[in-house]
Formats: sequence, C-alpha cells, structure tokens
Amino acid sequence: MLENRRFIIIGFFIFVGVAYLFRLFYLQVLDESYTIESSSNSIKRVIEIPFRGQIYDRYGNLIVYNTPVYDLLVTPYKAKVQDTLTFCRLLGIERRDFDSLMTAARTYSRVKPSLFLRQLSKEDFARIQDIMVDYPGFEFAKSSLRTYSAPVLANTMGYVSEITKGQMEKQEVEYYRQGDYIGQSGIEKYYEEQLRGKRGIRFVMQNVSGVAKGSWKDGELDTMAIAGQNLYTGIDLMVQQYADSLMVNKVGSVVAIEPKTGQILAIVSSPSYDPNILASRHFSKNYSMLAKNPYKPLFNRPVMASYRPGSTFKLIQALIALQDGVITPGTGFGHAGSPMKCHNHPATSTIVSAVQYSCNPYFYQVFKRIIYNNDTKDTYKASAEGLNRWNEQVSKFGIGQRLGVDLPSEYKGNLPDETYYDKIYGADRWKFSNVYSLSIGEGELLITPLKMANVAAIIANRGYYYTPHVVSGVGEKNKPLPEYTVKHETGIEARHFETIIPGMVGAVEAGTVMGLARIKDVQIAGKTGTSQNKIGKDHSIFIGFAPADNPKIAIAAFVENGVWGGTAAAPVATLIIERYLKRKTENKPLESYVLSRNYMPNVIVPGTKSPTKKDTAKKKPPVTAPIATTKKDGANKPGLTVASSGN
Amino acid sequence: MARNQTLTQNLDWIAVLIYILCVMMGWFNIYAAVYSPEVPTSIFDMAHNAGKQLMWIGTTILLIIAILVIDHKFYDTFAYIIYGIVLLMLVAVLFIGADINGSHSWIKIGAFSIQPAEFAKLGTSLALAKYLSDPTVSLTRSWKEYLPIAGFVGVPSLLILVSNETGSMLVFAAFAIMLYREGLPGIIPAVGIIMAILVVMTLLVSNWFIVAGIVIIAGLIIWFMPKTTRRQGGLLATLVVAFIMMGVVIGVDFFINNILQKHQRSRIMVLVDPDSDPRGAGWNVIQSKIAIGSGRLIGKGFLEGTQTKFDFVPEQSTDFIFCTVGEEHGFIGAAIVVVLFMGLIARLVILAERQRTRFARVYGYCVAGIMFFHFMVNIGMTIGLMPVIGIPLPFFSYGGSSLWSFSILLFIFLKIDSQRPYTLSRT
Repeated sequence: MLENRRFIIIGFFIFVGVAYLFRLFYLQVLDESYTIESSSNSIKRVIEIPFRGQIYDRYGNLIVYNTPVYDLLVTPYKAKVQDTLTFCRLLGIERRDFDSLMTAARTYSRVKPSLFLRQLSKEDFARIQDIMVDYPGFEFAKSSLRTYSAPVLANTMGYVSEITKGQMEKQEVEYYRQGDYIGQSGIEKYYEEQLRGKRGIRFVMQNVSGVAKGSWKDGELDTMAIAGQNLYTGIDLMVQQYADSLMVNKVGSVVAIEPKTGQILAIVSSPSYDPNILASRHFSKNYSMLAKNPYKPLFNRPVMASYRPGSTFKLIQALIALQDGVITPGTGFGHAGSPMKCHNHPATSTIVSAVQYSCNPYFYQVFKRIIYNNDTKDTYKASAEGLNRWNEQVSKFGIGQRLGVDLPSEYKGNLPDETYYDKIYGADRWKFSNVYSLSIGEGELLITPLKMANVAAIIANRGYYYTPHVVSGVGEKNKPLPEYTVKHETGIEARHFETIIPGMVGAVEAGTVMGLARIKDVQIAGKTGTSQNKIGKDHSIFIGFAPADNPKIAIAAFVENGVWGGTAAAPVATLIIERYLKRKTENKPLESYVLSRNYMPNVIVPGTKSPTKKDTAKKKPPVTAPIATTKKDGANKPGLTVASSGN
Repeated sequence: MARNQTLTQNLDWIAVLIYILCVMMGWFNIYAAVYSPEVPTSIFDMAHNAGKQLMWIGTTILLIIAILVIDHKFYDTFAYIIYGIVLLMLVAVLFIGADINGSHSWIKIGAFSIQPAEFAKLGTSLALAKYLSDPTVSLTRSWKEYLPIAGFVGVPSLLILVSNETGSMLVFAAFAIMLYREGLPGIIPAVGIIMAILVVMTLLVSNWFIVAGIVIIAGLIIWFMPKTTRRQGGLLATLVVAFIMMGVVIGVDFFINNILQKHQRSRIMVLVDPDSDPRGAGWNVIQSKIAIGSGRLIGKGFLEGTQTKFDFVPEQSTDFIFCTVGEEHGFIGAAIVVVLFMGLIARLVILAERQRTRFARVYGYCVAGIMFFHFMVNIGMTIGLMPVIGIPLPFFSYGGSSLWSFSILLFIFLKIDSQRPYTLSRT
C-alpha cells in the first residue's frame, strides 16, 4: 500500500520540475521584456555632446564660442558633508539651496550621479578642485558654455537654453532629449541644425552602481560625435560695437548692409543687454529680469519693430513715378493744391530738389499721378486699380512681406492694397483722397528697419538686391545658404536711380540732415524721415549709403521718439558709415554730440501716462549700457579696436 | 566478505555521473559569476571563489573516498552519536559562532569556517532512519507516534532558528516527504500546502475574492457529493473545512494589515510581490529574473553575462548561482540543470525503494527530499515562483560546507546502496 506512495512522490517531483521548465521557457524564450530590461540595466548609452559651432565676424574675429566649464555632480549615497556651512561658503550657495539640491538629487537616484551645480567657471573650478577631494560623492564633469566675445548682438545671435517641454513634444524627428540645449532665438535658432552638429553615442557596460565597465561589443555600435559647423557672418564686429555704443540712451535700430552682397555688416537693437547673462546658470533669473524691463530689450527691433517709413519712403515714390513716366526728372510742382504743408525750403522745381528738401506737397502730386495713371474714368475704381499696381511695384522692394533674413520672427509689416482699404471703407467707397498720406510714407504703411536698410541697398545698387543675411558662410567662408545668392530685381531702370541719388546727396550735404553730420572726402547719399507717432514724439529715421558713386555700405537708422530724422538718426548713421569706411572716427564733434543725446525720457513705456523727463529718467533707468563692458571684453580680443568715445 | 571488494563496486553510476556533472558545472558557473572582463583571472586563482571552490572539490573527493572506505554499518550503528555531535555543534555555535553575513551560524576552525546547520540535515536524517528502522515503530496507528519524530526534527530546527538561519530551518520541512512515504496521512502535507497557498493568495488578491472562491468550491463539492457521503457527515466536514479556510484568510489579512508595522508588512509583501518594493527587498528577485530572462534560448555565452557579472544580482556565486546558468547558457542550459536535478532526485527515489532495510529506505527518502527541497526553493526563488529564502543550490552554489554536506549526504546513501546485495532484508 504505502509503496504506491512513491508514485505520488515522484509525480510531485516531476510536476514541480516541469512547472519550472515551463516557467523558464516563458521567462527566457517567450517574454522578451527581460532582454530589454537587461540592456537598460547594464548597457548605458553615453551621449557625446559635440561642440556647438562657433560664429565669426567678417574678419575672422570670434563672436560666439564655447568656454569649458565644469558641472558639479553628486552621488547622494556616497556624499558625506560634515560641515555644511563651510561647504556652502566654498561653493557660494545658501544652506537652503544646498538642502533643496540634495533632496532633488536624492529623489532622482541615490546611486547615480545627478547635477548639483551647473557651469562652474574655470576659475571657480581651480579654486575648489583640491578642496572638493575632501568631500566624497562629489565629482566634476566637463561641459561647455556659450560665450560672446562682446556684449553686442544679443538679439541677433540669440541664446541657447535647455529645451522646453513644448519643444520636446513638437519635434518631428526625435533628436532632443530632456536637458538638451537648443538655440532659442536669433542665429542660434535659425542655424540650430548646422550649429548643433551630430551627437555621438557610446554604449558602455556598467555595473549596479553605474560605474562604467568597458565598451560594449568592443564599440561596434558606437557613433562618433561630429562637431557643429562654424558660421561665418558678414558682421564687422568693430563697427557693430561702435554702433551699439552710439545707440546707448536711445531706443531703436541700426541695420547696415553691404549692398553688393546683402551681407549685414552691423545690426543694432537698442536697448540691448550682454548676451553672456543668458548663457550662464543664472539664465532664468536674468531672463525674467529682461522680460520685465519696460524697454523690452528682448524685442528684436530691426526685424520685429514696424514703423511708418515717413519721408524715406518718398524715394520709392519718386522711383516708381519715374519708371511709370508720370514725372520726368524736370517735373516741378508748386505747394498749391495739396492738403499737406511743407517745411521752409527753396522752391522744388525738380525731383532732385524735392528729394533734397523732402517736399511733402511735391510727393502728394507724384503719388496722385501714380494712382491715377490709368484710363479708368471712375475715380474710385481708378484709385483701386492704381493702388494695386503701385502695391505690386513697392512689393518688389521687399516691402509688405518677409524678406527672408536668417533671423527668426521677422515681421511682415504692412503694404496696403485694394482689399485692405475695402475692409476699412467698403469696396468702391475710397479713392486717392482717402489714402494720400501713403505718398509721404505715412498712413497704413508699416516697415521694419531691416527693410528700410534693404531699400537703401537697392538704391545703392541702382535697382537690385540680395536678401539681407547675417551668415555669409556655413561651415566655410563665402558659402551662404543658396537663397542668399539670388539676385532680386525691382524692375526700375538704373537711370532713374541716377536721377534721384543727387537729391539724396543734396539732402545730406545741404538739405534735411544737420550740418554736423558730414564725413570728410566721402559723399553720402541719404534721406531722412520722421515717422508720425500717435502716442508720443515722432520717430527719427535715416536711410542712406556711401560712397554715393561706389556704395560700400547701405544703412538704416531708427531712433524712437528722436523726432527729426536729420538730427537723431542721420548722425548715428553717418558715424557708422565713417567708421566702416575709414576704420576710425574723425568727426569727433559729431560723435560727442550723438553720445550726449538721450532720447530715453521721450519713450513711453507701459504703465507711465506721459513721458515727462523726470519720471522716466528716475523710475526706469536705461538698460545696461554696452559701452561700459566693451572695454573689458574687447580688450583681449586681437584684431579688435575697442570702441569707445575717446577713440 | 565485503573486505575484498573494490571501493566503487556496485556504486550507482547514474547518480555518480549526475553528481560529477553538477559539481563541474557549478564550478564553471562560479568562475563565470565572479569573472570580471576588466581584470580577467584564472579559474585556478585561489584569491577568487572559483579557485577556492576547486579546493573544496578536492577535499570533497577525499571525504567521498573516506565514506566509501568506511563500512556501511557504521552509519546505522553510529546514527544517534552523529546526531548528538551535530546537536552539540548547533549549541556550540550559539556561543562560539562567528558572525558571517549577519548570521551567527559559523564555527571557525583555523582558516576554515563550517556551518553546523548544513550538517544538521545529515545528522537528523540518520537519526530518523535509525529510529524508524526499529520494527516496533509504526507511523500508522496513533498521532502519538509522531512525538519522537517531532523531537528529532524540532530540536535541531529550533537551534538553527535561534542562530538566525531561517532558510536552513525551513529545509527540515523536507522530511515530510519521507514521513509521507512511511505512513503519514496524506491529509497533513495536503493541508500544509493548501494553507501555504491560501496565505500567499491572501497577500496577492483581495480576500473577498478568496472567500467567494472558497464558498463556490465548497458549494460545488457538496452539490456533487454522493448523498450517502453527505448524510454521513460529509456536509458538515466540508462546511467546517470551508469555514476554517475563510478564517485563515481573514485572520492572515487582519494580522498583516492591522497588527504588523508598515515595514514588517512590506517585507512580507515582497516575498510574494517583488514589484511592491523594486529598489529594496524586491530588488534581488527582479534582477534575478532579468538576468535569467535575458539569456533567451541559448544564452549570452560563457563569461559573457552582464547582469550576473556587474553585481546586479546579489549573491551571484552562492544562492543566486542559477542566474549565471540562465543568463550565460539560456533556456537550454537552465533546462539541462533542471533535468539533471529531476533525474538525480528520481534516481534517489528509485534507489530508496529498492533498499532491503527500512533504515536505508528512510535515509534515501530523506536525501531525496532534502535535495528536492533545496532545488525547488532555490531555483523557484530565482525565477520568481518562490519567496527569497537563502538556501544553496546543491553542488552548484559556492561554499565548502554546503558542498561537503550534500556530498556526504549523497555518498553515504550510495555507499549503503552499493552494499544492498549483501544485506539481509528485515521488512
């Protein structure tokens, strides 16, 4: 009887054995998840972040480069800090910060290192490196920091920061991971793909504590990191710094272009800030400080601010009229018959003198002829037809559309056409008399400083332009993006330009520009503008180029609330032209005049009702003047002249 | 007449062959478990576990020769004395024991450390065999007959429990297999198994599901029960059993949730559900499953394992040695080990059944039961079917005491078996 129990016993043994075989088969053969877990366990993907490309100016001076910095990492379970107070003093942090950083690290992992302090400078590293040996669990990791050689071009170059959650979700190809850096604005954003390079991946085996134990499969699957491409810009860093120094205490923009190529030589958005403050580990603090600043230093005025072009627009009107044949170089108009008043100036018997003295009634008549240059009898219909034709011609100057500069967030501005006014007045319910303020660049026109600089370049080129661009070489010199090598024609014959240019020269030498704004031996062709402003003093505008017969530089300067084009914007532009052409400043009186001008009190900032001098000067101190820091940073850069008023 | 036989005559070669295979495979896997690709060492390097294991294998061979030389009647005659010595050692270890790995169960003799608990299995097996070989002893008449058995098993297991070796203590449950064969009513091990299953289920599933399950099963049993059985108390018995089971479920649940502290509760939970504390107590099981699971069909190859090498799996060369087998040799390697153990254990049962003396049969069943229990708990633990109970895998796990004790246990039986033709049957 009991002998038979052996079968039950053996049966039980075999049952367990077979059950284990099934379980093993399931674990090892059927369920693949363990293989994945095993690799995520012991195979670590080490990301090799390549060096971000550097950015150079037109003479090979560095504008943006990478500085090696050191991140301090902590492995919580190894970390033993006996004297927290000394430790905090060493790192220059508060006790509170220490506690929260340690808690954050512990929450992430007790055995894996996590970031404790970001971006310690080389100097800090050298200072504390030896002492840190006494604190187990802390180690340094090399990293790099975007560094700007001069405190200029903040909005143009843009900044780099950790990728946001929204950007992570939006990316089409999954490239970025949490904590990666990405260009957030300016050139850094526009050329992100070229600058970032290609990440390398190494697979290493690690033990349970995350300690590396050699490469996996002898590095078969590893990929090398490829450094980002360098960018060569058309920026002239010396001129740029000088232009920035001139724009201190002024709100506005300067854009200088090399007309032959469309390369941007200098681009100022004022007020500005030192771009280095957004590259440091104080990014968020500094960013919110800038975002709160009433003068909006983060607003990239050259491409984002739109103004009425004012009298500078008369040049385009003259050119279209000449091309259409509605006037000849000798056409003269009296002041009568125009609703516009004129400033005190000699009679304008020709187009040249009309440009020179910026005669409003003259251009009223010119625009009237442009609009009614058709056979349509009905004045409403004729106005619509004429406006559309005019719109088409003005568009060819790049107005009313995005030029396509290599800066993100370029504004279109506004160039009204028939439908635009139909929406305001209704179809066939408006005519020339409703829109005549366009004739002198007022009304519904809105143009960015960059586009006005481009207009200057078109006139300098006598009829064509290359889309303005900052970067003239990607990876190597003189290799811009293909779209910047396309010549754009305006459809206006060169001879018409030759007709008006003497008027522009006259405007500078004996016209609307103040007498002080001259350069010895260089003929500047220019045109002032005063952009009407409903909520404050008018904006001062100047566009021009030099030398008039063989232009090397075309420029547009905007000084907000600077009132007269000839006294605020033109002097700034003149000094920049001189510095670019002569590499030095000879007109010292003009320079000290410009540096002494402070238009900030005129600027209405949100929250203040009227721009009284006392209020704004006291309550809103001007944003960091770039000139103060120029000396320090620029001094050790070879090949750079320090821009300062005493130079 | 036994004098002129050679040592190995009549030795069961199947068992010996499996034994040799297991020991050699164990040795290679210990080498693989401690092997570091950065600092490759020789398998003979005495500074590492593999080299030391080779030394243990060498001494084990000497022990085996000694066992084969000693007359088989020695074990019968000296069974109680050996048991007494083992008990003395277990008491001694409480006073002179050295602390190794948190347990107070090692005796240091010079450079060696031995673990009396490992030898307690041998002593108890011999003592039980000796006691049951008395023809006047029976296990089928009264429950009082079990009192001496309980004493033989209880004293050493209590001493082991006191020295904080819970795993080794639990091994004594293995004697139930032998007792069942010798007449223990089947209901007792059945109840034990059912209770264990109920407790585990209480921890995993909401107890209302279990109660409902019990009610349904009891209902079905009563429904299909022949009417005569029902009338003869079958109904009452079923209901009583069902109520006891429900009581156990609710009692265990109450005990765990209301009486135990939170940390104690999590310790118990981890036994059945490692994912409830993946970084803490559940770590071992999760890592062990990852190591074995990642081996796939044919494994990563000898010395190519990553999980077992880089310290993800704890106790790689001792309790979790099976992970190395599973990771480096895959399902094929793991299955071979399982089949080898099944073969050895089944062979032991067959050998035990052909013994002419009750002493030999009882002892044979003890050996088979102990081997089986170690196999079931150790491998079950590494594949997540058993709670983590730290007992070695026979012949595989690194360690002198365990290799010695299992070898002695096995070869004493093989020696006795080899003398079977010359033994007169008494039963």
